Amino acid sequence: MRTIKEINEKIRKGQVVVVTAEEVIDLVEKKGVKKVAQEVDVVTTGTFGPMCSSGAYFNIGHTKPRIKIGGGTCTLNDVPAYTGFAAVDIYMGATAIPDDDPRNKVYPGEFKYGGAHVIEDIVAGKDVRLDATAYGTDCYPRRKLETLLNIKDLNEAVLFNMRNAYQNYNIAVNLSDKPIYTYLGMLKPNLGNANYCSAGQLSPLLKDPYYKTIGIGTKIFLGGGIGFVAWQGTQHNPGVPRRENGTTKVPGGTLSVIGDLKQMKSQYLVGTSMLGYGVTLIVGIGVPIPVLDEEVIQHAAAKDKDIYAPIVDYSQNYPQVIPGSLGEASYEQLKSGKITIQGKEVPTGNLSSYSKAVKISEELKSWIKKGDFELTEPVAKLPAADSGYSFKLLKERPILQKEE
Amino acid sequence: MVSKRIVLHFPHRLVNQPIIYKLVKELDLQFNILKAFVTPQEEGLMVLELTGKRENFDKGIEYLKSCGVRIQPLSQDVIRNEERCTNCGVCVPICPTQALIVDPKTREISFDNKKCIACELCVKLCPPRAMEVHF
Repeated sequence: MRTIKEINEKIRKGQVVVVTAEEVIDLVEKKGVKKVAQEVDVVTTGTFGPMCSSGAYFNIGHTKPRIKIGGGTCTLNDVPAYTGFAAVDIYMGATAIPDDDPRNKVYPGEFKYGGAHVIEDIVAGKDVRLDATAYGTDCYPRRKLETLLNIKDLNEAVLFNMRNAYQNYNIAVNLSDKPIYTYLGMLKPNLGNANYCSAGQLSPLLKDPYYKTIGIGTKIFLGGGIGFVAWQGTQHNPGVPRRENGTTKVPGGTLSVIGDLKQMKSQYLVGTSMLGYGVTLIVGIGVPIPVLDEEVIQHAAAKDKDIYAPIVDYSQNYPQVIPGSLGEASYEQLKSGKITIQGKEVPTGNLSSYSKAVKISEELKSWIKKGDFELTEPVAKLPAADSGYSFKLLKERPILQKEE
Repeated sequence: MVSKRIVLHFPHRLVNQPIIYKLVKELDLQFNILKAFVTPQEEGLMVLELTGKRENFDKGIEYLKSCGVRIQPLSQDVIRNEERCTNCGVCVPICPTQALIVDPKTREISFDNKKCIACELCVKLCPPRAMEVHF
């Protein structure tokens, strides 16, 4: 029907037709798949949820005399950064917390400030304090560094997330008689609430369920700037059961993403504190889907009513890895504010902001329409549903003591 | 009848006085204590829902003021930082009085401070920590 090259020509000429993944649903209902596939060139998706496997690396510039932080220690605003690289490259992970944070010793821990907050502060243009120690070498003699840093002075500041944009996610509930504190929020005892975390009908991988257009090298909206899909995300699990519309019934594919932090905006990268759990980063992502053929539109038009997530007990089943779900609920049901589980009406809460996901899909649409954002051809496919690529549990093996 | 949620600040000298008793006994006001504690500065703080006839309610407020109790409506004390809020909605099922609700159309969260009872459950549960209490 059309190629990405043809779409880019239309973008350059200002003739491209772009709709959001929400808008395409109504369009297809009114006009049918065939007509919409002819009219629409690009569908924009969006998601704005917490993702712990996020982080950023920085090259802070060499000092005089030189220091090799690699193999030493480094903190930014007291939050430890990973230093196992060369002289002045460091990586800040989203969930890192200061050594003196009480963690869950005072339960439930508050986790007020960590790596994700450092990243948000850096993106917001705030100065952060760096403290580093090194062991000193002949070529890098310096052993100590204390300085303020600002993003504008860094050589590189790059967001690099190992896993993002989960294709569907669990609905978390608590069957026990005590409140529990999870990465999906506080769960009240005895099915007191059900928390979910997906943009549903706007979520990138739910709108391209077989990764037909999204692949390695796909240019995306990342944190308010431009990024790319770097690889399949960790725990990418494309072989899970799917519904007739192709959407996964359980968490499926994931994306690893990368992009220049200097272009990003703190309103799309938000440091958050999950009570009793830890620190994590909310990441705004928008992926454009080129309408290559009718099948692409068919999939992109999947609606909340037809996308279901599994209901999982987080008091026993999840932590103890006991298979089994308490049923499933559609995103339409979840959005109604309550779902029924074991005959009980349970109020729902979303951890992923749908209104922000709408905003991201709108913003990406406006970039493409204005000609500021052209689409890229993926350089390689993500492992597909029938690839055999899967996600396994760790097989623990005993470490045998060697005899003297 | 009028019913209001108010925050009372008792100065140190009043902390051990039976002030609220008079509101019930003489003015026939109903009260529901939502929160009461003494701060490290030895000031007494009480969040109260006070209900009764308008005339008696006003007299009660006057009486409290005459004793030296500082009063302000509760709605001024619980604030949603709209810049910080991402409108995710994880607070919605947690709020016991439905003061936090999601607009079914825009999916944005609204905070009705008149319904808030300052339980503060949302404060620590909000992932970006957008809910603030300033007593």
